[in-house]
Amino acid sequence: MSLLTTNYLTPTGREEAWRFTPLKRLGGLHDGTAKVGDRESLSFKGGASGVSFERISRELTTSPAETDDVVMQRVREGARNVATLTIAANTEVAETITLSRSAHGLDSAEFSRVRIELGAHARATVIMENTGDAFLAEDVEFVLSPGSNLTFVSLQEWNTGSTHLAKHHAIVDRDASFKSITVTVGGSLVRLLPSVEFIGQGASCELLGVYFATEGQFFEHRMFVDHKVPNAKSRVNYKGALAGQGAHTVWIGDVFIRAAAEGTDTYELNRNLLLSDGARADSVPNLEIETGEIVGAGHASTTGRFDDEQLFYLMSRGIELADARRLVVRGFFNEIVTEIGDVVIQDRLMDRIDGELAKAGS
Amino acid sequence: MSTLEIRGLQVSVNTDVGAVEILKGVDLTIKSGETHAIMGPNGSGKSTLAYSIAGHPKYSITGGTVTLDGVDLLEMTVDERAKAGLFLAMQYPVEVPGVSVSNFLRTAVTALRGEAPKLRTWTGEVKDAMEALKMDPSFATRNVNEGFSGGEKKRHEIMQLELLKPKIAILDETDSGLDVDALRVVSEGVVRAKEANNLGVLLITHYTRILRYIKPDFVHVFANGKIVEEGGAELAEKLEANGYAEYVGS
Repeated sequence: MSLLTTNYLTPTGREEAWRFTPLKRLGGLHDGTAKVGDRESLSFKGGASGVSFERISRELTTSPAETDDVVMQRVREGARNVATLTIAANTEVAETITLSRSAHGLDSAEFSRVRIELGAHARATVIMENTGDAFLAEDVEFVLSPGSNLTFVSLQEWNTGSTHLAKHHAIVDRDASFKSITVTVGGSLVRLLPSVEFIGQGASCELLGVYFATEGQFFEHRMFVDHKVPNAKSRVNYKGALAGQGAHTVWIGDVFIRAAAEGTDTYELNRNLLLSDGARADSVPNLEIETGEIVGAGHASTTGRFDDEQLFYLMSRGIELADARRLVVRGFFNEIVTEIGDVVIQDRLMDRIDGELAKAGS
Repeated sequence: MSTLEIRGLQVSVNTDVGAVEILKGVDLTIKSGETHAIMGPNGSGKSTLAYSIAGHPKYSITGGTVTLDGVDLLEMTVDERAKAGLFLAMQYPVEVPGVSVSNFLRTAVTALRGEAPKLRTWTGEVKDAMEALKMDPSFATRNVNEGFSGGEKKRHEIMQLELLKPKIAILDETDSGLDVDALRVVSEGVVRAKEANNLGVLLITHYTRILRYIKPDFVHVFANGKIVEEGGAELAEKLEANGYAEYVGS
């Protein structure tokens, strides 16, 4: 398993897609030198009727989309199976489906392929919970048939030493809607590539995310929304906080409106809160438009510090500085965290965010 | 019985062109149950007085003292001043996105009382305060000052005044931006807080209309960073008739 024979173009760091990523910290995932173990850490919970989970041998399945990411190419070649979650057509799954990974160790890498397929007019919420020590490269694909609706929550609550590279690629057909909520609060290096490809009119996506990087952590969220067809709608909103020396986050929002994609409606937003010196937030929204016949296209990016006026207002009501900061940071993330819709998870994340803030010594 | 005592207060604000002196020696004493109106033209330093007493970081105290019951307020952090019994109702209350009014109020009252209030009693207190100020119950679930109209912001400030029960309140242009009905509702809230807690009030205003609802015991005319004339309620009537012309430029 550890020997990969195919010759891939190894990134040098000069490529647009890799220019922010510290390649030296990837443990050889990018250049094929990583030792790859034979591990399948993903487990499934939530057996309802119309829901199936099976590991399909890679020889028996074809990926619905090509990938140009070298790490994902290695994953596709190296992973033995594709963990496939299928929601049958016209099935509305009331209970949240949970896919979880925990504690797999850092000595060798895991290559993992996951596919989530929704039949026509199916509706489900899937949460992917990631905890423990990870050295993971993961290719996650979503296939949303016409009229289906998926909410996908991805929680990166890794331990300190973890390295996690993943692509989340959603193919969204006519009148289907895909909503993803990505939370990255743990790990040494996390690089996630959420992407959406619209293939039918009336499709929509909402890509939401929060991240909180402290000392030495590198978290990259690089998205790509491909408007290939007319009348699709996309919304992106990522919020991040950073504190501590060497905390580094990268947010890239690429949106491509092709010539055929008349009636496109897109807006993307990234906001960062710098809570200390020595942290760096890169934020690059990028809109490429080939047709003017659209409903709207816009983006915004802001990076700021604590607002003294907010802190003064709260403190003037007797609230101590540390508590005032905590309120402001919780409030900053609240808009997106509450979208998860699971109070237990939301409380756990907010506590983790409090912990990160306390760790940052504010 | 509490006393806020301001003696020879000098304050400057830091700007791009260096420190600019705004308050040039202010003397004022406010006791429990008293209402003092500070009136003056725009730019005279009225708001600077309010914010520097509350401890806004923008202002530097360059001279004088401010004590509450003999304790030096100027040495305290902003939250300590609130815990000592000071309240500032702001002219432009700040939005705090993602923080609900009910969470904010509960956090504030817990900080001020040193322990979390009993849930049932507290919920009742908030409900009563909101009803008294003719606020919709949905208000508690909205984010602090976010998307509030001018009137809602001021009601929210006075609701806090009633709930947090300070000893001395500074009201910075609470009347600005209010229509007649809202002005009456908000003023009644101030009067209730006064009566309930024997509150001392320092009311900063540009206009006399709020003084029809909140009767001042003392009126101080503020111009060029200091008090230039003092009197009773009758002084406000004189200002209503003559304006500030005679004080400006002096």
